[in-house]
Amino acid sequence: MEIVQVVGFGVIAAVSILFIRQSRPDIAHLLSIGAGVVIVVYVLGYLRMVIDVITDLALEAEINTIFLRTLLRVIGVAYLAEFGAQVCRDAGENSIAAKIEFAGKIIILIMAVPILMAVLESIISFIP
Amino acid sequence: MNVLRVDLLFQIVGIGIFISVLNIVLKQAGKEEQAQLLTLVGVVIVFLLVIQLIGELFHSFRNIFNL
Repeated sequence: MEIVQVVGFGVIAAVSILFIRQSRPDIAHLLSIGAGVVIVVYVLGYLRMVIDVITDLALEAEINTIFLRTLLRVIGVAYLAEFGAQVCRDAGENSIAAKIEFAGKIIILIMAVPILMAVLESIISFIP
Repeated sequence: MNVLRVDLLFQIVGIGIFISVLNIVLKQAGKEEQAQLLTLVGVVIVFLLVIQLIGELFHSFRNIFNL
């Protein structure tokens, strides 16, 4: 029944933003950011359970935990950069949104370098 | 268990309606400067609420993804 809550919240937020926007467009924009953040915070509580399950599975399969941790950090950076870029795009600042996405890509690339080196080392060890 | 916080949404909507009504009243009374200041104060209060919410979002992101 959680989806009913989220959909009801979204509809209420949309109607209130429509109502406020005629008189106060600035507060309407802040309200849209706030509604989005409330929904994301709500869903992150469930995402924590999913990530706990995935971590347990990885521990069971005895996968190296550094890989899983890097993967989770990359997912977090991607979500956060996407969120910030969407907020900036809603405010009409397309160029800042593009820069945020660019920074997210670069930071993900830096995080992925150790995994890339591990893959390269294992490939080199296969070659006689 | 985590809850969807509708009260924050209604708080911001209430502040918005309150500010716009008081703005109309002050403009009718011919006090333009006070109306301008009232608008500024309302935006700052809503901004503080949203900033706290965004801080909470960053905190939970750090907790979950070990950023």
